[in-house]
Amino acid sequence: MKLTTLFASAAVALGLATTAMAEDKTKVGFVFVGPIGDGGWTYEHNKGREAVEAEFGDKVETVYVENVAEGPDAERVMTQMALDGADLIFTTSFGYMDATNNVAAKFPKVKFEHATGYKRLHPNVSTYSARFYEGRAIQGHIAGNMTKSNIIGYIASFPIPEVIRGINSAYIHAAKVNPDVEFKIIWVYTWFDPAKEADAAKALIEQGADVVLQHTDSTAPQAAAQEAGNVVTFGQASDMGQYAPFPRVSSIIDDWAPYYIARTRAVMDGTWESMDTWDGIGPGMVGIGEISDAVPAEVKEEALAMKAALADGSYHAFTGPLNKQDGSAWLAEGETADDGTLAGMNFYVEGITGEIPQ
Amino acid sequence: MIRLEKRPQPSRAFSYATPLLAVLATFFFGGLLFAALGKDPIASILTIFWEPLFGEFSFFYRPQLLIKGAPLVLIAIGLSLGFKAGIWNIGAEGQYIMGALFGAGVGLAFYPTESMFIFPAMVLAGAFGGWIWAMIPAVLKVKFGTNEILVSLMLVYVAEQFLASMSLGLLKNPEGFGFPGSRNLQQYPSAHNAELITGSGMHWGVVMALIAVIFAYVLFERHRLGFAIRVTGEAPRAAKFSGVNPSRLVLFCLGTSGMLAGLAGLFEAAGPAGQITIDFNVGYGFTAIIVAFLGRLHPVGIVLAGLLMALTYIGGDIAQSQLGLPAAAIQVFQGMLLFFLLAFDLFTNYRLRFGRTETA
Repeated sequence: MKLTTLFASAAVALGLATTAMAEDKTKVGFVFVGPIGDGGWTYEHNKGREAVEAEFGDKVETVYVENVAEGPDAERVMTQMALDGADLIFTTSFGYMDATNNVAAKFPKVKFEHATGYKRLHPNVSTYSARFYEGRAIQGHIAGNMTKSNIIGYIASFPIPEVIRGINSAYIHAAKVNPDVEFKIIWVYTWFDPAKEADAAKALIEQGADVVLQHTDSTAPQAAAQEAGNVVTFGQASDMGQYAPFPRVSSIIDDWAPYYIARTRAVMDGTWESMDTWDGIGPGMVGIGEISDAVPAEVKEEALAMKAALADGSYHAFTGPLNKQDGSAWLAEGETADDGTLAGMNFYVEGITGEIPQ
Repeated sequence: MIRLEKRPQPSRAFSYATPLLAVLATFFFGGLLFAALGKDPIASILTIFWEPLFGEFSFFYRPQLLIKGAPLVLIAIGLSLGFKAGIWNIGAEGQYIMGALFGAGVGLAFYPTESMFIFPAMVLAGAFGGWIWAMIPAVLKVKFGTNEILVSLMLVYVAEQFLASMSLGLLKNPEGFGFPGSRNLQQYPSAHNAELITGSGMHWGVVMALIAVIFAYVLFERHRLGFAIRVTGEAPRAAKFSGVNPSRLVLFCLGTSGMLAGLAGLFEAAGPAGQITIDFNVGYGFTAIIVAFLGRLHPVGIVLAGLLMALTYIGGDIAQSQLGLPAAAIQVFQGMLLFFLLAFDLFTNYRLRFGRTETA
């Protein structure tokens, strides 16, 4: 019992301390699931952290812990940051969802921002994610044009809505320009494992794929494609520009910097509120990396036009007519998907073969 | 010339001094590493070892030591039984996963019924899950003479596939919007392995670890079976002549270590972690191998080693956020500990001789 009291009073004291030191530095913590040098997901989040430092200079202090396992370890690291006086904590993995909400309950004065989750159980928790599927639409368009074997390989991480959305979006736009296209999907059950990703890429290439898309974060598939020769790839999460102009012909870039800066500013101004943010190409959370000259000029032009239309909202990546895999109708002519369906997407669209693993 | 000479008798003094020397050498070379990274070495080591125990927020970190240390100790105790007898269970990670799946599966099957019998049933199921997974390499070894190191290790990867399948399928939270992962058992009172005293870090897994330590101590010091394990490890032929049945020993050692690993998994899934997710296992089963050896395969040593490893994890994370030390540097630091332990271990059986090499 004594410990609880101690804990509570420390939390209160900290709350007081942070308000008292409000003139002082704003402390922003980041909890990372991978190493900051992964060249993908965590790398981009860390660039967002650096952007916060660059923007606010000595008004802000950022701290981070990398390679934090999901579960009790994440909960401990978040608590530790809150105890050390963090005002705002970004937790950058889906698996941190329950831990973020548990810790938020104990530190009501500290603001928490959880990436890609949906639970906001306390008024000091926000969630944010990016509409990566918009980038997938552009990838699909380029991929459908580039493939000669009509087989596109897809390295998928986990069968969760975000990944399924990406597969659907890429397929719809590849099939639109090339109705003969076929997707071969390998599930690797990891976000970052260079060895597994390389194996998957090689397996896909052996099965005849001459375009490999990846929803995993390492550059291993790029290296495998480079070795194979005539295989096209796209950078994932980060630009992966070291493999441009070929095999990497473009990329989806997660740009967290504007969001991180805006939320840090909100904490400084005292205007921070709990909310759910799901931004795409328009607000700049999803970036499309330089489309290289390996892509024919007219395809590049079409891709850039699609990017502009997605950005200004005149085109939605999921626009009917679209059927589900089993042939049942999903979206009527001209109808666009609502966010609720997209957020929980657990089905393939018509034309994709294979089943979503259960 | 310097050369190694085998001691006629293993040095008792060295076998006790080794862990201490290893820790000191790790401090020294770890300090050099931190200094090379441009960090104050003394401050870094103090942050890792002092801050969690006696720092400003030690009221929070001390209970965390129990939470982090309990599964390590529980698994390492089981492993030490086999390791002493030369039976190498490398697959505790897999048994840990299966224990969690069986235990949490039983709990989730009863959801949302509330009953005081649910948690005990989960504990039994967790122990069974770990045990049955360890019986696979045990039976294969006894019947067909397969290598238990390979079989138990490979089964870790099979268990990981089961874990992924369960998180995405059978055990998936029906209210989770299609996301992988089970319901959170922390929100299901009958199945929750809650702290026994709030804020103390004491949950049933910690209690079970202490029971296992006492059990192992009594087994080795007072029981015939403990003697049989030791003799088998030190002199297998002599053990056979003295009537030890090697097959039964394999079944007992692998079964018990699997059971304890399974229990560790269940207590973790029902308590601190709260749910079955694809990334539920974080390497306790492998780290426990280090803990078992760092603790000299002795029950009390294992407790100390488990707490020390837990301390380096917790302190390491603090050092990352307070001092900006990279995670890789902390991992190197932990690796040094094992490296120096093995290096100094050599001197238990060998000593250094200075002087001229004798010609043969």
